[in-house]
This record gives sequence, C-alpha cells and structure tokens, in this order.
Amino acid sequence: MKPPPFEYHAPASLEEALALLVRYGGEAKLLAGGQSLVPLLNFRLLRPAALVDLNRIPGLAYIREEDGRLVLGAMTRQRAIEFSDVVRRRLPLLHAATRLVGHLPIRTRGTIGGSLAHADPAAEYPALLTALEGEVVAVSPRGRRVLAAAELFRTYLTTSLGTDEILVEVRLPLPPPGAGWAFEEFSRRHGDFAIVAVAAVVEREGARCRRARLAAAGAGPVPVRLREAEAILERDGLGEDALRAAAARAAELVEPDSDVHASAEYRRHLTAVLTERALRRALARADGGDG
Amino acid sequence: MTSRWIGRPLPRVEDARLLTGRGTFVDDLPPPPGLHHAAIVRSPYAHARILGYDVRAALAMEGVVGVVTGEDVARSTRPFSVGVTTPVQYYCAATDKARFVGEPVAVVVARDRYLAEDAAERVVVHYEPLPAVVDPERALEPDAPILHEAVGSNLASHRRLVYGDPDRAFAEADVVIRERFRFPKYSSTPIETYGVIARWDPLEGVLTVWSNFMGPFIMHPLTARALGLPENRLRFIVPPDIGGSFGIKTSLYPYIALIGLAAMKTGVPVKWIEDRREHLLASSSGTDRVAERELAARKDGTILGMRIRWLDNVGGYIRSPEPGCSFRPLGNYVGPYRVQHLEVEAAAVMTNKSLTGPNRGYACGHLYFETERMVDLLAERLGLDPAEVRRRNLIRPEQFPYRTPTGGLYDSGDYPAAFEKALELARYDELRREQARARAEGRAFGIGLAVAVDPSVSNMGYVATALDPQFRAKPEYLPKSGAVDACTVKVDPLGRVTAVLATTPQGQGHQTIVSQILADELGIDPREVTVVDEMDTFTRVWSISSGTYSSRFGSVGTSAVALAARKLRAKLLAYGAHLLEVPVDAVEFRDGAVRRRDGAGPILTLKDLAGRAHWHTQSLPEGMEPGLEATAVFGFRVADAVDAGDRVNSSNTYGFIAEVMAVEVDLDTAAIRIVKYVSVHDAGTIINPLIARGQIYGGALHGLGGALYEELLYDESGQCLTATFMDYLVPTACEAPVIDIAHVESPSPLTPLGSKGLGESSSMTVPAVIANAVSDALAPLGVRITELPMTPSRLWSLIRRARAGGGSPAGAGP
Repeated sequence: MKPPPFEYHAPASLEEALALLVRYGGEAKLLAGGQSLVPLLNFRLLRPAALVDLNRIPGLAYIREEDGRLVLGAMTRQRAIEFSDVVRRRLPLLHAATRLVGHLPIRTRGTIGGSLAHADPAAEYPALLTALEGEVVAVSPRGRRVLAAAELFRTYLTTSLGTDEILVEVRLPLPPPGAGWAFEEFSRRHGDFAIVAVAAVVEREGARCRRARLAAAGAGPVPVRLREAEAILERDGLGEDALRAAAARAAELVEPDSDVHASAEYRRHLTAVLTERALRRALARADGGDG
Repeated sequence: MTSRWIGRPLPRVEDARLLTGRGTFVDDLPPPPGLHHAAIVRSPYAHARILGYDVRAALAMEGVVGVVTGEDVARSTRPFSVGVTTPVQYYCAATDKARFVGEPVAVVVARDRYLAEDAAERVVVHYEPLPAVVDPERALEPDAPILHEAVGSNLASHRRLVYGDPDRAFAEADVVIRERFRFPKYSSTPIETYGVIARWDPLEGVLTVWSNFMGPFIMHPLTARALGLPENRLRFIVPPDIGGSFGIKTSLYPYIALIGLAAMKTGVPVKWIEDRREHLLASSSGTDRVAERELAARKDGTILGMRIRWLDNVGGYIRSPEPGCSFRPLGNYVGPYRVQHLEVEAAAVMTNKSLTGPNRGYACGHLYFETERMVDLLAERLGLDPAEVRRRNLIRPEQFPYRTPTGGLYDSGDYPAAFEKALELARYDELRREQARARAEGRAFGIGLAVAVDPSVSNMGYVATALDPQFRAKPEYLPKSGAVDACTVKVDPLGRVTAVLATTPQGQGHQTIVSQILADELGIDPREVTVVDEMDTFTRVWSISSGTYSSRFGSVGTSAVALAARKLRAKLLAYGAHLLEVPVDAVEFRDGAVRRRDGAGPILTLKDLAGRAHWHTQSLPEGMEPGLEATAVFGFRVADAVDAGDRVNSSNTYGFIAEVMAVEVDLDTAAIRIVKYVSVHDAGTIINPLIARGQIYGGALHGLGGALYEELLYDESGQCLTATFMDYLVPTACEAPVIDIAHVESPSPLTPLGSKGLGESSSMTVPAVIANAVSDALAPLGVRITELPMTPSRLWSLIRRARAGGGSPAGAGP
C-alpha cells in the first residue's frame, strides 16, 4: 500500500495552484485534508501525475456569517467547524452533522471543501449542502462561478468541477430563527459513513408548514433532495398523517444501491424511518425543544 | 507460600512502553546491513492456471535486485506438511495454479518498498482463469470446479466420530430438535500485521528470521523442512513485542518460507511488512461453516444425545493446523452438559477463499453458537425457561474431575455456582419482568443465556483425530501428544532475579504475571524482577508445543515459572541449611530468606546466599552445582495421544463461562442495543484480575465482531469484497458494551498455582449469547437466528419477512 510515484507541489497562492492544474492538464489532484485521497493513492486506485497541496495557501480557511448565510472557506477543518461558536449558534444542524463525520483524527485533518469535492453520497456535508440549498464557489483560470448543490454532484465520487477548477468557498443559507432542524443518521458503527442519513429543516406556523427542507445521504449515487416529501408537508401541514405520508414519499424518491453493508430495500426503508424521525425531532426543536 | 502478589490487580509493566509507542516490534528492529524490501505479487483471480511469468520489466528497474516466482518456489522448496492424508500440495506461493484472490505468486525484492511495489506491478503473470467456487456445499457437488486435481474432489478431510450410543438416545427421546446454522468467516485483525526479516548466511548455512512468529513451534521444523534446511540452521528470533495475534499469526509461517527463499535467492537481507489489504485478503481467518444439528431430549429438558454435521470451509488449501477447526474442541464437544451420546460428522472442504487457521477460540465460537441456540430451541419447544433447561443438564460439582464421552478431562469447576452467579448478577427474574413490560408496549426486548467450557492449552495430539484410526494404528505411525513450556530463573551476585522465557507474548502481559509469581515464590518485590521474553530458537529452551496460543501461558507458562522458582528455592534451602549447619528439614524459606524453623540463629537472605554462591563456591555443599539458577520445563501428564475410539483430552485445563445478555431490537431499523451483559468466568486461580478483565473485554469484542459486524465476504467469482477497514467492520471502543464481570475460582489441580487459561474467553460465548438474546427479543414475530453476523440489513429482512407472515429465517443478501 505505497502510492505510485507522483510529483508534489505546495503552492503558496491560489494563482500558483491554478497554474499547476493547467500545467498538468487534468493529471493533477488537489490535496486538502487527504483523508480520502491518500488511501486512494495507497491502493493505487488513483495515479495522478502530481499532487497540488492546498494546505500552504493562506486565506482558504474561515467561517463567517454574511448576508443571511454561513460562509466557509473550503480548507476549513471539520474540527474547526465542530468547535465554532458561530456554527453552533447560527447553524446547529451543521454542528450536529459535523460530529458524525468520521472520528476525531479524521475531522482534525479533513476539510469541508475536500468532503464536498470528493462527493461521497453517503457523506454528511453533501446531504447538508443539498438540504440547505447551499452553493459552492469554484475558481479557475476562466474565472469564478457559483454552483448549487444540484449542479455540483453528478454521481458517485464525481462532481461537475473542471480539472482546472478549485472549490474555494461553501455558502450555506441560514434557516430563519425558530426553524426546527435534525440530522438523523444510521451507520453500522460510530464514525462510519452513513447507511442512510436524513437532514431536515422545518419552518412551522402553527400546524402549518411554511417551508420544509429534506435531503438524504446514502440513498443513491448523489445526495437526494426529497422535494416531493417536503411538498406534502407544505401542503398538508404537520399532523401525524402528513409526517407519515412525507416519510413514505421520501422512500419512493430515492434510488439506493446494494453494497456489502446494506441492501437497496433496507436503505429505502431506512429513508422513510429516518425521514420521519428527523421530522419529529425538527418539530420538537421548532416548538422550542432543545434547539 | 503466602500470596502477597498473586491475585492483585497490578498495572502491567508493559503498558508504559506500549502506550507511549516505545515497544519493540518487528518493524522497529535495527535493519541488518544491506536490507532490501519485498513486495508480493498476488493473484487477482480466485482460480487460475499459471502459464508463465515475464519478470524482465521488473528486473530492469534500477534498484530491483531480484524476483522470485512460483517456478523458484517449486524448484527450491517443498510443500508444507498438511494435517490430513489428502494429497494437497501447499507451497509458500502458488506454483501450478492460484486458488484464491491474494495468493502469493511472486516476490519482488528492491531497494525500498515503494520501488518494490512499482516493480511488482510490472511482473507479468500469464493466467488461464478457471471457474471458481466459494460456497462449501456447492464445492462438494459433482460438477463443481476442482481446486486440487490430485485430490479429485474438494473434500480435504472427512471423519465420522461416534461416542456412546447416539442412535439409542434419539430412539428413546421425547423430543428431537433439528436446525441448520451458518457461521461466518471472520478474523481478529491484530493491530500489527505480519512482518518478516530474513537474512541468509551462505558461509554458515544459516537462515536467520526475525518475525512476529508466535508458535506453535511445530511450525519451525515444518518451515525448515519446506526450505530444505536442517532445523539447527534455521534461526527464529522474535522481538519482545508482538502487536496482537489472537491466533491469526500462527499462520505466518508460509511467509517465513517465502521471504526466507527470497533472501536465499537474492543474497540480500529481505524485509516484508504485510499491509492491511494483504492481511485482509490473504492472512488467515476462522472457517465459515454450515452446521446441521440434532438434539434428543426428554420432556423434562434432559439432553440425551446430539448429532452434529459440520462442513468447514478452509479455503484454497488445507493449511496446518487445519482441520483443527473440527477437532480443536474435541474434548469439550459436549460443553458443560452431562450428555453422553454424540455423533459428529466433520468435513473440511476447499474453496476459492483465503486460508483459515486458529482464530481466538478456535472454532469454539462456532460450537457454542450452535449448541446454545439448540438448547434455547429445546426450551422453547418444551415451554421451559432456558435457564432451567441449562440447570438440568450442567455437570455437577461433585463429578469433577469429569471425563467427557469424547475424552476430555475437565479438571475442576462448579458450573451451577457460576451459572447462578451470572443469573443473580444480571437479576434475571427482574429482566424477565422488564421483558414482559416491554412486550406489552410492543418493544422487542430479549434475554440470552450462554454457558460454555473454556478449554485452554491445547494438547497437540488432538490434530491426529483428523486421521483415520486405521491409519493411526499402523506401526510406522508416530503418535503425538504434549503441552510444554520452559522458564529459567537466575539470581545474580547481588540477589536480583531475572526470568528468561520463550513464550512470544503478543500483549498478554507475561512480564507482569511472571514478576508477580516470582515475587510470591521468592519473597521479593515484583518490581525487582527482570523478565526477558524474547524468543531465539538458537538460545532458548523450547519444544514443539512452545509459543503463546491456545490460552497457554496462564496455565502452562505460569507453571514453568512457578516450578523453576521452586527448584531454585529447594537449592537455596539446601545451601542455607548447609551454611547454618542444620539439616535441611530444620529450615524454611520465608519472606525472602532461609531461616531456621525454630526461629533461632541468623537468617540468610536471597542476597546473602546469592553473593556467597557466586563469589565463594567453596561454601557450597558437596555435590551442589555452582551458580544460582534453575530451569524448569513443565509438561502436562494428562495430554495423551488420541485413542482408538477417537477420544482425546484435547486441552489440559478447562475453565467455564456463564453469560447473560439483554438486548433491545429497534424494529424499525433492526439496530441491536445491548442493555445488559454479565460475564462470569471460572479460570481457576486468577493471577492478575486486571489482565483477566482485559482478556474478557477483548474476547467479548471479538465475539461481538463475528456476531454483528465482521465477515470476509466474497462474490460468486471469488473476489474478496471486504479488503479494507471500510468494508470489513471491526467493533471499536465506541461499540463496546459495559460488561459486568465476575469470577468463580475453582483452582486447577493440575497446575502448581491452580490457574487456567483465559485468553480466548468470551470470544466463544458472545455469538451464542447475543444470538439467543436477539432470538428471544424477536420471538413474538417468530424470528429465530441461525446465521451470523446479524447486520441491521439482514436482521431487518428477517423481521420484514416474519411480519409479512412467513418464510423460514434463512439469511440472505448483505
């Protein structure tokens, strides 16, 4: 488990990094926290000509509240997010999801940008980005563009980022005060990728649901926004029947695959179970529960 | 002798270095000059004929010094002896065919490991892929692909063993229970993988191998023969620390031969550290097994007889000591029950999976999973409490020493006392009330029980059960028996004590244990004892059965230590009496000194005696050897060879385990939550309760791995699907339940300290106890667990099928 030979570059600026990507014409890989990339190298599943290490580039790690959004630099460590006051205060859903990312040593190295660019559909951050209708900012020699979650994720471990592009920023819209939230995850062991996870945000107005946001991880080749399940709640309110109908609809919206950990049927079933649990917990928080 | 130190929970002296990363493992050894590194080329096919090799591109790389292929292996080595008469040719690497994914086919030796791996990719092996078979039952069908043409089928061994009169027992039974079980292929994944450094000295003709070899030392002569070396020209050196094994490292020896061959062929010292992928693909594991069980009983719950059919999957080759999977537990086949009539049909089949060998509990996890599930099924059929059925069948305390129908000699125990203690600690009756309340609320709450005899110190003679009695009766057949360990205790001129062992510990805390024993035996402080436990076959006292496996140290190793100390004490007494000018029976050894029994006169401390013995040999009595050291070799007298009736005392000491577990199953997700887990052990005298506790926790976690998480999975074509720790899930500290541990102490009459082994412990009971608990939780739905691991996905399928109103609980899918 030693990687094949590769060139290593540690540029000191984004411009330098972009120039390197151009120079290698698609044969270079970006190194952020390395928690997924390095094993892939050691298994020789990836054979890049070069690694471009982003860790020495200043100004890529920050957490700011800005225009009703939480804005995070792509190189922000998961551990920094976990311990960020502003995250805990303004977007506790992100805090809760971060606690489920791997284990402490993984979070200490791993970055939010790296996780999104790696695009494992069972990971927490891609589902969160999807549920919150977040965006990422990517730069390339051609300029800067903003991609919505739905535009970013293509399939397993594949994004629409170009080989000359670097994901530099993540923007997560903040739900209004009083919105309920939950991140329900089922994994076989603590710290594993989710078998299935469901992120939920519910804005309630009495028995009515002004707005619901639901997304599932581990339930297909990309994180799945459960829009039609949200619509049931927004149409029928937050009663028992509506919750159950939304959960049942969620299970119909996903296209999970089978693997060594779980069958597709089980994942589909879990999507319903976790959607219902996430909604109940979000509602409890929206009611002034332990938010 | 007063027990000041034995029985105390002394923190381990090993912990400081191990916890601060300062242990000395094989990878830490100073490199011999000119050291090179090996990468192993492995078969990507589960079954393929090897047509040829092209190593030119690899050899052309700068820094590559040689490539060893199957042709070299066939030319320069011999196949290893196997434990059966079936003509299986098992070499240290594939020669004619590859028979599992990951089987070594060539070795590249280069300047460093990176380069070696680059060069390994350039070794071209021409394969002709062949159809593969991975399922043990499918492998026995007439049209199944044959792995070993010389064998003619995939059956590696087959024995039918009959004890008592099982036919009559079944004829006289009120009830007969039948069930079929599947047990998964899983391993123990020690944190340190295999590692070998080999250096060939052509002038002396000596091959020196540094490795994390743990024994049994039968593998030393086995390896010497494969390499064509005289045994005293093959030197095994084992560093002080081995990072865990749990039996898995008994199967290191083929790599010693392979890397040894690479060193001999290339003329440079060669180092190979197995990586995790190699370990999961191709090191060792327990067998996957299909078991068919029948149990005959009276309607009061008395078990009359058992019929057992096992089909054990040993993978591509039957590697020694297999088929130990079938016979290692032979003496305790009946477990803790009084049943006298037994029929066992044991078959080992070869398929295109990785090879198997001892794995913590060596098939006792399989055995008790089946038996304890059967006992619960019996209780269910008879409408009896499963605790009551066990009570009615346990061997009574007055029956010890107890000879089992299969030849086991249970040395001591009080099974009912330990069982009742477990029930009491778990508050069994209260748990049953809690269950009633939970069920009324629609919750799936279950209670499992398991009892087991915990065998320690294998009698190596058991392996011969794989051979037919007719074969064993031939005059040229040489019987095997024994379980031996040695220790030397030395006192230096200033009275400090050093103990020298050859036990190859893998983290069991031998230094701590030995210092506790010597402190009591010699009246000294354990901190003053130096324990040297580095193996070197050229300098240490060892024998065929040496090593640390089969929970040996707590029983046989500690006995050698105590006996060496007592030999030394006898010498000190004789010497002291001589110096005090009194008869030897007028003196005693107490509090570290020889003194007159009547209290009169001067005393002679260990230091006094040591100084004189070393400095002034004239002071020794006539006939006494100078120097102050003693070596004892302890061997059990109850370790006899297998008899004509296939009876053998397959272990030497036998402990007991009684466990109670309560679980709640989330019916929506099928997640299992352990609510309560009580584990009561009787391992005779406990030398260090802290170490015992660690062993029980570790064993329980290994059992939990097999029951819930771990399985080496293969697809139909024989590709391993679980070759990383993302797919092969090992329970971590986060998954560890709280365990209420208690001991009952029935000292063994066979060991000087009364101690027995405890190293495999709850690994053999957890699969049973949790399967019983989950079955009990899901009983209202009619779900019965017959297959492990109970992954949430599989368990949910069972629940769904049961709720849909039908189907037998056969597991399927992931």
